[in-house]
Amino acid sequence: MSAPHRSTILAGIDGSTYSAAVTDYAAWVAMKLQAPLKLLHNIEHRDTPPLTDLSGSIGLGSREELLEELTRMEERRSRILLEQGKAMLQDARERALERGCPEPEKLQRHGSLEETLVEMEEEIRVLVVGIRGEGHENRENRIGTRLESLIRALHRPVLVVNRPFEQPPQRIMIAYDGGEVSRKALDMVSLSPLYQGLECHLVHVGQSQERESEQLREGAAILRQAGLHTICAELNGDVQEQLEGYYRDHAIELVVMGAFGQSRLRELLFGSLTQRMLSSSNVPLLLLR
Amino acid sequence: MSLSTARQQWLGNIRADILAGTVVALALIPEAIAFSIIAGVDPKVGLYASFCIAVITAIVGGRPGMISAATGAMALLMVTLVKEHGLQYLLAATLLTGVLQIVAGFFKLGNLMSFVSRSVVTGFVNALAILIFMAQLPELTDVTWHVYAMTAAGLGIIYLFPHLPVIGKTMPSPLVCIISLTAVAVVAGLDIRTVGDMGELPDTLPLFLWPDVPINLETLSIIFPYSISLAVVGLLESMMTATIIDDLTDTPSDKNRECKGQGIANIGAGLLGGMAGCAMIGQSVINVKSGGRGRLSTLTAGVFLIIMVVFLGPWISQIPMAALVAVMIMVSIGTFSWQSITDLKKHPLSTNLVMVATVVVVVSTHNLAYGVFVGVLLASLFFANKVSHFMYVASELDEPANTRLYRVVGQVFFNSADKFTAQFDFKEALDKVVIDLSRAHFWDISAVGALDKVVIKFRREGAAVELIGLNEASATIVDRFGIHDKPEEIDRVLGEH
Repeated sequence: MSAPHRSTILAGIDGSTYSAAVTDYAAWVAMKLQAPLKLLHNIEHRDTPPLTDLSGSIGLGSREELLEELTRMEERRSRILLEQGKAMLQDARERALERGCPEPEKLQRHGSLEETLVEMEEEIRVLVVGIRGEGHENRENRIGTRLESLIRALHRPVLVVNRPFEQPPQRIMIAYDGGEVSRKALDMVSLSPLYQGLECHLVHVGQSQERESEQLREGAAILRQAGLHTICAELNGDVQEQLEGYYRDHAIELVVMGAFGQSRLRELLFGSLTQRMLSSSNVPLLLLR
Repeated sequence: MSLSTARQQWLGNIRADILAGTVVALALIPEAIAFSIIAGVDPKVGLYASFCIAVITAIVGGRPGMISAATGAMALLMVTLVKEHGLQYLLAATLLTGVLQIVAGFFKLGNLMSFVSRSVVTGFVNALAILIFMAQLPELTDVTWHVYAMTAAGLGIIYLFPHLPVIGKTMPSPLVCIISLTAVAVVAGLDIRTVGDMGELPDTLPLFLWPDVPINLETLSIIFPYSISLAVVGLLESMMTATIIDDLTDTPSDKNRECKGQGIANIGAGLLGGMAGCAMIGQSVINVKSGGRGRLSTLTAGVFLIIMVVFLGPWISQIPMAALVAVMIMVSIGTFSWQSITDLKKHPLSTNLVMVATVVVVVSTHNLAYGVFVGVLLASLFFANKVSHFMYVASELDEPANTRLYRVVGQVFFNSADKFTAQFDFKEALDKVVIDLSRAHFWDISAVGALDKVVIKFRREGAAVELIGLNEASATIVDRFGIHDKPEEIDRVLGEH
């Protein structure tokens, strides 16, 4: 039943405004990697039915009655969600077909999104999700309530979409700090066909000491060896500010970075760069784990 | 457990959880008092236990939304211990129960629940309901007509109040029953038994204290039999309740974590002067019915209970026993599975026998553990008997060669071994016998023994014996079955049926 190991591009579809963009980006990635595209709609059973009975009494066959009643309520709600999901998936599928993606597959699952994704982890190559889910669309500068835990739970690249798809990205920026996570990210970039033919801006923010420039040169060498057109930049100052300034100035269309590389303790004290980038960036982020 | 799951289990449903927890706390107070009286200890022992067990299982239990506290099933087991040795030994037994349950959790004995069939569960629940009802009878014998009138009025309030428009579904009807009956008794100055007559109520928060018993082997030999029964019954009822809540809320639970949680809760109860407890089917159903889903509901129930008890102590002692009896009758009626009575007609006889046997054994021994043991044993025997029907031996004679081919199909094990042997005709004069076993399964040594006997008998009659497919047939004897969770693997072992 399951697709081969790490082959699928998975797009998370819900009713939010980002679903269209998610489909577009996922279609782009799938075509570029020549990988199968799966559109996932997840039906969550999180809301509890409204309480009606505080009488605290149990009589003849209360348990059976209660089970019957709860089943009926959830059945009704799930049916509606199921139908809605089907319609959304159909829209997304047509959209992906229009983009030229062959044979996008539809998939509907019950349960929490996190669980579903962890179950599917083996077959996922890249996950594409919108930054905010249904019901939170109007909250600017807020990342989806569960996006972070989702990214942490999944050990696969996650493309977080936060704006409509205009054209296939031409210029990408790779945020590089020389640490282990970002070095791994660099290896992944150099091996993946996704980035072939794109202009790669390898950006490092620091206090511009000799050692760090050295690291930058090494990093650039890896990319160039892989045949990527690479531009290096060494910036000084606040990491987030500089990175944001850079992608604005250079019309970058996709930011690639290692995600959640620091220890949990450090994140607790200083906050996580990934988190801050997620909440403020207006360019799609590809987070590599 | 990840942080987000924890957050979801605690804060996923705050408002409804707190409301439901409050309803449950109000329903728990009379039950905790009543169960203390069943066990023969002061009401405060049950109330402290309920507080402590609810709070601890809320935090460390494996089934969010399940209510655990002092229960009737456990109270019934400790009657003799309390009568003969006193409260301190009960506290020590409670501690040991907790330790045993934690051990059970570590050995993953929660998984053994799969051996407890549905009819045993039904029998357990029905027996529990009958025992709770019977425990109320002493309060209803040799009393004035006032008590009967009060009890009847109480039941009337409990069952009719929820049908009132608007107000009916906003207030717990058992609470309304207790408040109104207490008011009537106080105003009319009736001379009937009250909770205050049954023993001490809590006036402070529970205090930490080590049970005052000599720590030696004699103590252990006194408490161990009780502790093991308590541990078994506590886990059984908790696992059953967890399954019921799983079904009601359509969410999974961690049964082995629940075992450990029950253990920790009982240790806590023992150290704070409470009796052993476990999950409560009725209260958990009330919790779900009132909208409770998360851990917060259980915590609220425990905390709210102790606050009310400590502050309302003087009022609680005024509650007439008749009001409590009415509540407990409701609990026993609500616990009893009435559907099982109508199902008696539909279900096969063996299933009904298992259920009835469980009930009979429990009611006659007052020990739910014995009932479950007998039920599980009976169910297994019936199962073995049924499976033994799935075996036949076909044969055909090859006349020119004077050879008979026996083809054995089906399950051969201790119960069907004799039947297997009887299928062969040893009187027939043959030169050669071929026994094809490739579609049979030999499950144990009895089966192999029966086969040996058959082979020897034929040889004694002078026939040469050839066995075909013995390896396939005996592949099932191996104790460690390995991982046969793939269809093709099972086909390989069980042959092509």
